[in-house]
Formats: sequence, structure tokens, C-alpha cells
Amino acid sequence: MQSLFFKRRVKSPMTNSSLPAIKFDKVSRHFGDVRAVDQADIEIRDGEFFSLLGPSGSGKTTCLRMIAGFDRPTSGSIFLYGQNVSNLPPYERDVNTVFQDYALFPHMTVADNIAYGLMVKKVSKPERMKRVDEMLELVQLSGFGGRKPSQLSGGQRQRVALARALINHPKVLLLDEPLGALDLKLRQQMQVELKAIQKRVGITFIFVTHDQEEALTMSDRIALFNLGKIEQVGTPSEIYEHPQSTFVAGFVGTSNLVHGEVAKRITGVAMTFSIRPEKIHLGSISEQVPSDSYTSDGTVRDVIYLGLYTRYHVELDGGGDLVVVEQNLRTTSMDVLKNKGQRTRLYWNKDHISRMRD
Amino acid sequence: MLQRISTYLYLRPKLVLGLLLGPPLIYMLVVYIGSLFNLLVNSFYYLEPFTGMVVREFTLSTYARVFEPANLEILSRTTVMAIAVTFADAIIAFPLAYYIARFASPRLKTWLIIGVTIPLWSSYLVRVYAWKLILAKEGILSWFIDLLGLTRVLDWLLGIPSIGGSSLALSPIGMFIVFAYIWLPYMILPIQTALERVPHSLVEASSDLGAKPFMTFRSVILPLAFPGVVAGSIFTFSLTLGDFIIPLSLGNSKFFVGQAVYSYQGTAGDIPLAAAMTMGPVIIMIIYLLIARRLGAFDAL
Amino acid sequence: MPSKSYSGQEASWGLKFAAFAGLIFLHFPILIIFLYTLTPDETTYTFPLPGITFKWFGIIFQRPDFWRAVTLSLQVALVATISALILGTLAAAAVYRSNFFGREAISFLLVLPIALPGIVTGIALRAAIGTFDIPFSFWTIVIGHATFCVVVVYNNVLARFRRMQGSLVEASMDLGANSFQTFWYIVFPNIATALLAGGMLAFALSFDEVIVTTFTAGQQTTLPIWIFSQLSRPRDRPVTNVAALFVMLITFLPIFFAQRLSASTSDTEGKSE
Repeated sequence: MQSLFFKRRVKSPMTNSSLPAIKFDKVSRHFGDVRAVDQADIEIRDGEFFSLLGPSGSGKTTCLRMIAGFDRPTSGSIFLYGQNVSNLPPYERDVNTVFQDYALFPHMTVADNIAYGLMVKKVSKPERMKRVDEMLELVQLSGFGGRKPSQLSGGQRQRVALARALINHPKVLLLDEPLGALDLKLRQQMQVELKAIQKRVGITFIFVTHDQEEALTMSDRIALFNLGKIEQVGTPSEIYEHPQSTFVAGFVGTSNLVHGEVAKRITGVAMTFSIRPEKIHLGSISEQVPSDSYTSDGTVRDVIYLGLYTRYHVELDGGGDLVVVEQNLRTTSMDVLKNKGQRTRLYWNKDHISRMRD
Repeated sequence: MLQRISTYLYLRPKLVLGLLLGPPLIYMLVVYIGSLFNLLVNSFYYLEPFTGMVVREFTLSTYARVFEPANLEILSRTTVMAIAVTFADAIIAFPLAYYIARFASPRLKTWLIIGVTIPLWSSYLVRVYAWKLILAKEGILSWFIDLLGLTRVLDWLLGIPSIGGSSLALSPIGMFIVFAYIWLPYMILPIQTALERVPHSLVEASSDLGAKPFMTFRSVILPLAFPGVVAGSIFTFSLTLGDFIIPLSLGNSKFFVGQAVYSYQGTAGDIPLAAAMTMGPVIIMIIYLLIARRLGAFDAL
Repeated sequence: MPSKSYSGQEASWGLKFAAFAGLIFLHFPILIIFLYTLTPDETTYTFPLPGITFKWFGIIFQRPDFWRAVTLSLQVALVATISALILGTLAAAAVYRSNFFGREAISFLLVLPIALPGIVTGIALRAAIGTFDIPFSFWTIVIGHATFCVVVVYNNVLARFRRMQGSLVEASMDLGANSFQTFWYIVFPNIATALLAGGMLAFALSFDEVIVTTFTAGQQTTLPIWIFSQLSRPRDRPVTNVAALFVMLITFLPIFFAQRLSASTSDTEGKSE
């Protein structure tokens, strides 16, 4: 069934893996005085699952719309496998989109929706029907072809939207917060499925989301947006473990940000650095600190038992405070609560801090 | 080819806007606004009485003719009729609008609204004609009045000089009935819309505070529905001012504005006077709209 | 449209009576027309009817003046409706897709011909015809009718555009359809019922119009003008009754279907949510 799909991919002459799938060259998009996207440079590799992550209004959706062709850059250029597509209309770009609201055509059946891209390209009817069946199978909706979109559940509509976008074998698939409307359980299931489908079809996926957990689970790499600018690009572990700015450190997971005097006392250098709460070891006051670690003594001010782990608020001697998280591997709530008010020695590996740009 | 045109246009959204907006805008500006402007210009021309030709020279003499007693009487007669019709429609429309807005079940309501809307859209002329049948001397209304033994009252009414006539079908009373009938839906719908916006909690609050139903009605519902009444009156008032079909079909020899305009341009070919005469209802309407806006009627439209 | 003000209470008998009296007042005269098509009385409008006859339905077939008027009215209504469909849809599309300065002014401009008294539009067009020495023709009638029909189509289509998911057009282009294909396969099917409803209302409006028409028709006789002449100078009264019934049906059916069409599309959309 899928063999046909793969064959087409391999044969496709345009897919040259040495070229980036998408390249932004100093792309800006201004709406009046608002700089929705400001001087963005991105390179998205062939076959990657790439996420654009950021709070709403950060410019990630505008970037996606510019790749799709619904919007055009005020300045700068966008390249699709080396071809400058900045001024091509959507229907002349080999890019397809899964919309946030699915945008299924309400007057057409599921099969007609999926076949739409082939229909406008004048692909013969038998061929169309064959490929629609393949796609229905790929998204596990075989037998639903005759229904109207209004007769489907949210998750099913989502799959139809995906099938409709994939049937054209686009070079790049854009997904605009496609899981936003689903409930948590379905969302987690779809995350796994999307990832599996991406592996199977081997197409570059560009995924817009404001959900950091979703981005971390699914992506090969992430670009983090804030106020129209790209804060950082990297793999999930790079982003998580080595955030380069206070925004990244705060937006992805939780971080201790240590500034000025306190930072200087601990590291010997005046700077701002971040350290993840789970990287800090909460030791007894007399514990020996390994030589490759930073350390600080303090007093446990607060203990919050959260089942899976416990959160400690530690006030450092000489000012400042840190949040520490420890998993409750062998401890019970009774054990951890005893720590309140205790003196403690905190230490953590020097590699685990990230120095902030700003 | 189409693809190329499509792409050309896609990259030029302003051009597309121009292409979309151009035809309707040009049509309306040239045909409609152009004609209205030309009408205004014409009202400053005059008709040479001997040749019967329109002289295209600026003059106020045509407006002076509007202020002749005969024409002023036409204007005032029409305005009085419009006011009377507006009041009558407000009184007849209110209970039905009130019932639709507050008491009808959703299902019944849909049908009632269709029931009000269909006469609004359906043949105006035929509905006027129906009243000609009803009001005729030997028609159904006379028959009914006779059945009630009230023929003498009717005769007395028709004998009153300024509103009477030879029969109901040829009298200001008849015109008044038909006007009120024809424009009634225009009054019902805005009142109903305004009443829909009165939150039910407000009515309940009022009765919780011990108000009797009538007091609630008078002190809560009526003031809130008032913008709807004013909005409806814009239609009833304006439409009565401008109509000439009803006066021509049911009136006596006393002119109304629309009728006068119709006859000046028709038999006499005096377009300047007809134009100047039209400015009467236009100015009355503008004043009326300004008052209505201060009363908050535009929100209820 | 669920009503937030619906109280579920019973109305008083007085209110019910007044409300239904109002409703009967609205519809009773229409029934009278039906009744009078059957009168054998040729010279007056006597009630009760002196008898019952169906002969007028036959006689009207032999009246060429009537059929000429019907034909003219149908032609005018058809052309005016088509013009209104084109102009109204263009205006609605322009107002929907862009946020340009003066959108309110466009709506106002289109509403003006039905907001101002008909006589103003009528005499204005008549004055223009006089000033520019335009000969009366089929087209002068159509141009007059189109001015007030455009707004009906415009309102219906704009309302539908606003209910349509905005991303549908983008989705279609994204899948490879150019602007024309997108219009044909996506936009048109989604606004078709609105076009039908707006078109039918425009047709009814034009078919029935008399005030503006008397100023733009010259010596031509549309059906409403024919009836109007019967109103002021009655001749063959019962034939007029049948003609009136005919007009009633021709205008009633499109209006009724347009109402049902608007109601049913909003119903199904409500269900799919």
C-alpha cells in the first residue's frame, strides 16, 4: 500500500538533501507599525520535524503563513529547496498545510476533500480514487470516504485534514497548531501518530505550537519565537538544557535564574545564568562537593510534595534563593516534609548552567 | 492562461479590490448618486410656462412655488397623514411584537416572523388592490358594518369634510387604513428586535421588587422598546411621505406630496417643480432622522 | 436563533387577542383576493358574492395586453436580478475580504435606494432621463430596478461570507487551486444558497415594483403598471382580481423559498458545530 508512496518520494527529482528544505534570509513582515516577524533567519533541513514554538503573537504563525504563501515578506527572501518562493502564490508552491480549524470543505465528502488537490491538477479519476484509499488507510479512516466532514469527530477531521494535505506529496508539510482543539488524551495519541506518519512518509514537517511540551516531544529541532524574533534554534535537549536567553529559560520548562552578586559569589563571574531545578543536588550540610561542581549553602524554607517529585524552596546564605526538585524515588511525603527548616548544601555540575545572553 | 491571470491578481490585492468594488461602486455613484445630484440641480431650474420647456438657468423661483399655499397645504396634509399612520402602526404593532418577543415558543416564533415578513415582501400593489375590494361601497367592510347596524355611524364619519368622502374607498379615512396596513410589518420587526434585547432578568427583577405587571410594562419594557418604535416610525413615516399609489387609488382630489410630484412631472412635464417638491419630504426625513438618532433608534435598526 | 428573552410564560388573553388580531389584519386582505377571483359580478365589488364562477381564469388567457405586461415584467425582473447578483456579489466580496476605509459608506450607499422614499429614486431617475435626453426603454426600467435590488443580494451574500470559515479559500489555494478554481469549487458552492435567496428576493422586488417604474417606463406597461391602471380606472374588474392573484403567487413563492432557504442553511450549520 505505502510502497507507491515511497517510490514517488524517492523518484522526486527536486528533493536534494544537501539543500535546506526551507531557508529564511532576513525575513521581515510588518503590519503597519507592528513587526510581526523581524529579520528572521532559519534553515530547516530536509526530512526534519521542525517546530516553531512561542507564545501567541510571537510571529510563528506569520512565518508559517509566509512559507505557505498566504502572506508575503515585507523584506527578505524565503527559499524552498533553493528556489526563491517569496513571491509565489500558494498554489505554485510545493507546500501543503494542515489548518488549525482543519478548513475541511463542508460541501464535499471526506473522499472529495482528500482528492481535491489531485482534482484541481486534473489527475484521472481512477488514479484519484486509488490514492484517496491509500491516504484513508494511512490515517486509519478506511471506509469513511463517503461521509461529510460534519459527521466526523474532532480527531477524525484532523486526520482528514492531514490526509488531504499529504496526498499531493508536498516537499514540506505545514501544521498550524493542529492539535490545539483536541482534548489531552487524544492530543497525546495524535502526537505519537503524527510522528509515526512523518517517519513513514519522510516529508519535512513544520509544526507551529505554543505548547512547549508538545514541541519537546515531537521535534527534531525547535525554533523559539518571541516578539517577532527568533530567540534560539536547537534540538529539544539543547533548548532545554542550554537555554541561551532568559526568555527561553523561562518559556521552556522552569529555571532558576541567578543574577549579579549571587552569581558572582557562586561562580566567581558577574553574569546571569540559569540552572534547572532538577539538576541541583540537595545534600546534607556536611556533604563533600565534587570538584567539577558549583555549590552554595542555604536553608530549606518550603517543601511542596507533588507525588512524583518534591519541590524545595531554598534560601541561600548571603541572599538569593533557588528552587530544587527531587524525584520521590525512595522517599514518602512524611520523609520529605521533615526537611523543612533544615540547613542544606546545594551543588550541581558546572556543565549544567547556561550563561544568558541578556 | 487562467493560472497566469490568477497569479498576477493574487500578487496585487489592491487591484483585486478595485476590480471587485469598481463595478458596483461606479454603478451606484453614476446612476444613483448622479441622479440625486442632478435632481437637486434641476430643482434650481424653472419651467417656461408658455413654451413648456425647462430653462436651465439658476433660479429660486421654483422653490418659491413650493411655498405657495396650495403646495404648502399638500406638504402639511401629507405630514399629518404620516404622523397619524405612524401612531396607528405603533399601537397595532406593539402587542404582536411583544407577543413574538416574549411569549411565543421558539417554534411558533419562527412562523410568526415569517408571517410578518411575507406581507412585507409580497406584492405591495396587490395588497393595496385588496383594500380597494374591502373598502368599496358595496364591499365586505360596508357589509360587515351594516351587519352590526352601524351604517349611520359610517355615514356620519364620511360626512366630516376633511376626512370623509363618497365612500371608504375614496376618502382619507380609507387611505389612512390602507397606509397603516401596508407599512405595519416595518413597525413590527424593529419593535420585536428591540424587545428581544430586553433581558428577561430585568423584567423578573422588576416583579421581584413588587411591581405589578402593568407597572413593569410601563416603567421597564416600554422605555426599553422605545428605540424600536422610533426605528419603525422612520419607515412608516418616510414611506407614507413618498407614496403616491395609495392616494391615487383611494384618495379624492386632494393631493399628497407623492401624487403632486407624479402629476407635475407627468402631465405638466414640470420636472423642476417636481424636484423642488421632492426636497420637501427629503428635508423632513433628514430632520426626522436626526431626531431619531438622538433617541437612539439607529441601534434598533 | 434561541431567544434569551423568551420567558416560557403564558401571555394574557388580552395580549394574545391583540397579537393575533394584528396578524389577521396582515393576512386577511390577501385572502380577499382569492375570494374575489370567483365573483361573477363584473361592475362592482359586491359582498357577499352574488355567485361563484371560474370563467375569469379562462378570460385572462385571451387578454394580450395582460400577457404583454407579464412578459415585460418577467424580462425586466430577470435582467435586473442578474445585474443585482453580479454587482451585489462583487460588493459583498470586496467588503468581506478587505478592511478598507469606507466599508460603512459602501453599505450605506447600497441601502439608500430602499431607505429613501421610492418617489425620490423615481423622480431622480426621471430627471436624469430628461436632462440627458435618454429615450425610455427596457433598459431604463432595468437600470432603475437594479439600483434597489443590489442591496438585497449584497446583504444575503455578505452574511454568508461572514459565516463561511475564512480558511477555506486558503486551504483550496494551498492544495493547488488557483483563484478561479477556488471560486468555482469552493466559494461558489458555499454561497450558492445565499445567491439563490438573494436572487429570489431581488426578483420578487423587481417584479412587483411600481413607484420607480412609473418614472422610468415611459409608455411601456409592466405588470404592476397594468394593475395600477386597473386600480385608478377599473375596467374588467374580475380579470384584475385574477391578475392580482397571479402576481401574488409569482412573488410569494420566491419569497417563501428564500425564507426557508435562509432558515434551513443556518439550521444545518448549527448542527455541525
